[in-house]
Amino acid sequence: MNIENIKKQFPIFNNKVQNNDLVYLDSANSSQKPQVVVDRIYDFYTKEFSNVGRSVHYLAVAATNLYEETRSLVQKYINAKDPNEIVFTKGATEAINLVANTFGQKYLKEGDEIILTELEHHSNYVPWHYLRRSKGVQIKFAEINSEGEISLESIEKLITSKTKMIAITHLSNVTGAILPITEITQLAHSKNIPVLIDGCQGAPHLKLDMQEIGCDFYAISCHKMYGPTGLGILYAKKKWLEALPPYQGGGGMISEVKKDGITFGDLPNKYEAGTMATAQVIAFAESIKFLNQIGIKNIEKHESELTKYGEEVLRKNNSVKLVGSPKNKGSVLSFTLDGIHAHDIATILDEDGVAIRAGHHCCQILHDKLGLSATARASLGVYNTKDDIDKLNESINKCKKIFNK
Amino acid sequence: MDLKELYQEIILDHGKNPRNLRKTTNFNKDAKGHNPLCGDKVHVYLKLDEDKKVQDISFEGQGCAISMASASIMTDLVKGKEEHEVKEIVKDFLEMIKEKDQLNNKILEENEKTKLMCLSGVKKYPMRVKCATLSWHTLTSAIDNTQEEINSEKID
Repeated sequence: MNIENIKKQFPIFNNKVQNNDLVYLDSANSSQKPQVVVDRIYDFYTKEFSNVGRSVHYLAVAATNLYEETRSLVQKYINAKDPNEIVFTKGATEAINLVANTFGQKYLKEGDEIILTELEHHSNYVPWHYLRRSKGVQIKFAEINSEGEISLESIEKLITSKTKMIAITHLSNVTGAILPITEITQLAHSKNIPVLIDGCQGAPHLKLDMQEIGCDFYAISCHKMYGPTGLGILYAKKKWLEALPPYQGGGGMISEVKKDGITFGDLPNKYEAGTMATAQVIAFAESIKFLNQIGIKNIEKHESELTKYGEEVLRKNNSVKLVGSPKNKGSVLSFTLDGIHAHDIATILDEDGVAIRAGHHCCQILHDKLGLSATARASLGVYNTKDDIDKLNESINKCKKIFNK
Repeated sequence: MDLKELYQEIILDHGKNPRNLRKTTNFNKDAKGHNPLCGDKVHVYLKLDEDKKVQDISFEGQGCAISMASASIMTDLVKGKEEHEVKEIVKDFLEMIKEKDQLNNKILEENEKTKLMCLSGVKKYPMRVKCATLSWHTLTSAIDNTQEEINSEKID
């Protein structure tokens, strides 16, 4: 695969950012968008726009078909059994909130336990925290080891007869650890516990096979997958989507509405109340096609090589300390620099056009555990090259120079 | 060249060796500040004498070079000043960081103002202004005894 050709498909790299070539190392936050996705949004609004699922006119029918086409593409991409197992949401955050809310409402009571990990992004903790308040459920955190990984055992030892849900990340957005989600799911299922995977970082970088993983729920953030913002996906096994109550009420999700009662619509409409992010859904088909064209296995290989190169380069740089060294690592390089705060690093790197993230990356639990108030994070996407890593390293050296390190 | 303005020698010095980074014994006013976006935390301690003069001021906290330097310089400059003077200096500083070109207060000496103006480099970095102002807002909160933690996301 030719990265230069891939990079050319992303219009953002054609422009200078503050007079610099952009070295974009913030894809774990959000990825850049290929031209085909941008064009699709424009074309849909200019030539094909209509709301979906309501009217019978030509444009409405065509738009509905396009909308459902994305659902089928996603189903195939993640190898779900049924297209109705794909629910569009406004983001992965909403997908997790949907599960926490409806599952909590129907199945959880005081004293029940939910297992999370110390690696979780706030979006896979705060929704469960609400249940701690409203239902009195307990939240337990599986602990990381010294490499910043979560082992099967760390989860296993927390399981009790009261465990009602295991909700874990697929790939840590800080340490890069890839969790053994298939094994964890098998373990959980042997004890009749459902599993939710926060796939925000997993989906853009790893091959997904819902039937092989076997998880009950998998949350996806489309804007991290070279897709538009305002869109997420909840994969859920059909039995759950049928059993759980609706999340939001409104148009489109009902079957019959009377003064004295309402019946709800079938899947997938049951969970898609109101007008959805139609243009984004339709444009997301192009993101999936883009990923398919390159091939997720090729992306995995490219990013894995680049991550290894990044680890090598940064390890050689004396003052840099990498955060976490998991054996199975995704394309995230979090680091600290002796005596230089992450925000100072980010500002100085930015001056060279090197865009990274600094802070706690929405993982305060993890940063508290590591005893760090903030870290700097370079995260990779399909368009990154070794040259980007070298530029990162050069800018880090500039930080050291400014701070006389 | 903006980076050089931001990370001037004096900022780096105060950031590396912050003055008054400790806890005043027998403090009679204090307040906490927090920037939830970056995790910066500061706790300002004040000891005012019976004439409401700052006998001692100190701070504890962690943060970037800008926030540590700003707190350090602040504590240096307001020591020995009267409470109303401190408030005037804070107001003047916050106005300067936001919009004014210079400091207008008549309390600080010219060399002290020059020192404080070293922080004006953050004006070109809107995301970093809060790093520079957190300790100052927290000082105000300590003086006013609001007992509220300053949250940088809830102030201008």
